Formats: sequence, structure tokens, C-alpha cells
Amino acid sequence: MTLLTVTDLSKRFHIHHLEREVAAFGELSFTLRGGEFKRVSGANGAGKSSLLRCLYRSALPTGGRAIYASLRGEIDLARAHDADIALLRREEIGYVSQFLRPRPRTSALRLVAEGLGTAGVGAAGLNTAGLNTDEAVDAAQELLSELGLRRELWPAYPSTFSGGEQQKVNLARALVRPQRLLLLDEPTASLDAQARTALSRRLKTLKEQGVALLGVFHHPGDVAGLIDGEIRVSAPSSVQAQEVTD
Amino acid sequence: MTLTLEAAPQLIRVRPLLRVTGLHKRYGQTQAVRGVSFELYPGEVLGIVGESGSGKSTVLRLLNLEETPDGGRFELGETPDVFALTRQERRAVQVHQIGIVYQNPHLGLRLRSSASGNIAERLLSAGERRYGALREAASTSLAASEFPLARMDDPPLVLSGGMQQRVQLAKATALSPRLLLLDEPTTGLDVSVQARVLDTLRTMQRAHQVSMIVVSHDLGVIRTLADRVLVMRGGLVVERGLSDQVLDDPQHPYTQELVHAKL
Repeated sequence: MTLLTVTDLSKRFHIHHLEREVAAFGELSFTLRGGEFKRVSGANGAGKSSLLRCLYRSALPTGGRAIYASLRGEIDLARAHDADIALLRREEIGYVSQFLRPRPRTSALRLVAEGLGTAGVGAAGLNTAGLNTDEAVDAAQELLSELGLRRELWPAYPSTFSGGEQQKVNLARALVRPQRLLLLDEPTASLDAQARTALSRRLKTLKEQGVALLGVFHHPGDVAGLIDGEIRVSAPSSVQAQEVTD
Repeated sequence: MTLTLEAAPQLIRVRPLLRVTGLHKRYGQTQAVRGVSFELYPGEVLGIVGESGSGKSTVLRLLNLEETPDGGRFELGETPDVFALTRQERRAVQVHQIGIVYQNPHLGLRLRSSASGNIAERLLSAGERRYGALREAASTSLAASEFPLARMDDPPLVLSGGMQQRVQLAKATALSPRLLLLDEPTTGLDVSVQARVLDTLRTMQRAHQVSMIVVSHDLGVIRTLADRVLVMRGGLVVERGLSDQVLDDPQHPYTQELVHAKL
């Protein structure tokens, strides 16, 4: 089943203090099915991360459509009301950023378990509704140990962790909860070999469960054998850093 | 420049808990709030950011029915317009459906009464008279705000700033309001105290799916607590969106300035 149909999606950043528009990526079209894993490729600055952010709507697309087949009905992610996007983020769409944003005084374990805590809201059926706190903590512990975060760090605050350790927490937080569409922005960049293997195993399982995956991977070898296709992204040079005259 | 977003949600089928339309407030010649409209969905946290004088705190005072607007509608739950109610009815809404935490504890608490007494006062105003029930409810509420119960009979005057905010929070939530308003709840606290109070707020919000509106000039507070955010300037909403989108991909020149000014 096609989960996502992207047509002519584009993104330009309007930087007011420079009075300029900077193109992130040009008109892009592709589809993604449940259980399909596509890699987003392109040079540095080609707009790979911006594409993922536009689909998660932490950035606003400038043009085009991204029709997503939600369990609650079809919706254009490019134009959907913010409250609908917030709902989809709770229930169906996950995103792994390049870096963890640690919250002050929140332990690694809690950051991860919390990912499950809110998933039950809205009861879309697919969710972990009904998981109590103990079960959420169990699931979080299992994932953290799978990714190889040392047990003594679980109750610690991640602000002081190394980049790799933080990224394990970040990944666990995003992966602990069931999703239908998972967006991955260079999740392996700072990981050690054990964590990369664990991640690849986990992604394989998700793929088999029918989750649609879209990811930027600096080293595609990390997910070799899982990739079904490639989406090439490039910033349209002709409109790059175009002067704005409004 | 950007796509126009849908005016109403398509997937969410529940009605908003709150809908404010065309809110206006004038103080003499000054237009403090000029036509502000927004909705809040059940269980959602809405942030309002802006500098001093942007009108953000005025919006909150109007929602808390402390002041009368010069125009606008305020739909809350089944009530089509809270502003149109009689004074008595408004008082009932304020006591039973709305809780508020102020930046300044003087506004929310009697500083010389005990912490538990402050909460009991809230329950008394709702009609509870039995001493045992009052005491029990006060301690439950204080515990939920992660206030040390050993100090529940101390007056807020002798408590630290962080503790005073916890007493305010316990008082504001004692009657399980449908709407919790927070006006700069952690401004002025030490950084480590601020982190702990924010943590309590988040925990409470998640556990009970409290619908909250939090006003702050601190973008970190907004990012930590709010799902969506309104950016106010000169009494107007200049930008609105999901918190991470507004903070990471701000559209309005003023919001871009605000985000880039953050340390």
C-alpha cells in the first residue's frame, strides 16, 4: 500500500536579514510504500535533511504536495493543520534527528520511556495504548541495552554524555514507539559498530512489520541489504541564493 | 512565499476545548491586544511568546476572566461565550474550570497563610467544608506538584521561589481544571530550579493530559512544554505554528530576529 505520495515538493528558506531566499531542494516527486525503505542521497547542502524536516513539518514546505495515507484518512502533510500534524507525530510518524536535545534533569531512561508514554493518546489502534509505566520502562531498557548504552548511564542525565551515547538515547527514544512512517536523519553518524548493527537489525524488523522508512545515511553500508530505492536530492542551483524583491 | 495551511484540522475529530475569536483589549490609548484568535485542543499545550508589551500576558488575564475584553468571544467546552456570562457564572467557570500560575507568587497566593491553607482556600471556594477532606486534598495536590509535604504548613513567605511556584501549581490544579494557564511560570528562578519546575509541569501534563496555555519570553520553556506556539508583537499574532517549526524554520522577520537573538 502506498503510504506517501510526494509531488513537486520544494523548500526555500527566506532569510529576512539578508533579504534573500536560499533554496533547500527543488521540485521533488516520489512514492513510498509500507515496508519500503528508501535512502535520500545527495551532496552536502543538497537539502536531504530539509526534505525530512518538511515531511515531519519541523520546516514548512514552499510548494508541492505530500499526500500521506493516515489511518484516519488521507492528508497533505505540506498543508495540514498544525494540530493534525501534532496528532500524526503522536500516533504515526516518527523522526530521528542527528542529535539528541537533552532535557535538563531528565534521565536517559526516562527520555526513552517517555516516548511511549504519550503514544497512547488518541487511541488509533496501532498504538501502545495500555502500556503502563513499568512496561514502558521495560521496553526502554531493552532497547537501550540492545543499542549498547551502558547500564550505569540509564539513570544519568544525558547532557554530559558523549555524542555517540547521546545518539543511542535519541535513537531509542524514536524507535521505542511503533510508527507507520519513520524519518531518519543520519542516525548512524556518531554510532559505534555495535549500535550500528543493532540499529540495522531493528530497522529490518520494522520494515518486515510494514513500516515505511525514509533516511539519510552517510554510510549506506550501515543499512546495506535493507534499501529498496534511492531519492536523489539536489538544491536547484539556478535559484540558489536568489535575491528577493518584495 | 509558503503554502497556506488548512484552516481547520481534518484528522482530529474532537472539538477544540477552547476557541478564542477576535480578542481585543485597550488600556487608554494603548491597544494591548488587537484581534487575537486561536484554538486549543484537549490535551494540547499552546505557547505564547513575545517580548514585554507584546500583549501575551494580557491575553492570559483575559482568559482567566480577571479583566473584561473590549471585544471577542471565548468558547470554553460547552459554553459558547464565557465573556457573555453573568458575573456569578463567570466566577463559577473561573473556580471550576480554570487554574492559573503567575510569575509572581504574590498574585496567586496568600504569602502569610500556610501552603496547605492556600490550597484549602481554593477548595473552600468550590464548596468543600470538611476539614479532613480539605487537608487530604491539599496534600494530594501538593504531592502531585512535587512539593515536600513536611513543609505543607509553612507559609509561602518562608519558602524558596521554586517551592512557591509548586504551591501555586498545587492550588491551580487542586480542582482538576480543564484549562491551566501559566504566566512565565519559571521566570526569575535559578536555572537548576527552573529545570525541575519545568520537569514537574511536563510530568503533570503528560500524566493527566492537562490542556495548558503557557506564556513565556523564554524560547527554551516554549520548546520544552508547548506543542504549538503563537508569536505576539504589538498586540498581534505575527506567526503561529508547531513549536519546533516556529523555532527552527521561523517565517516572520520578527520571529527570525527573536530566534537568532537567543543565546
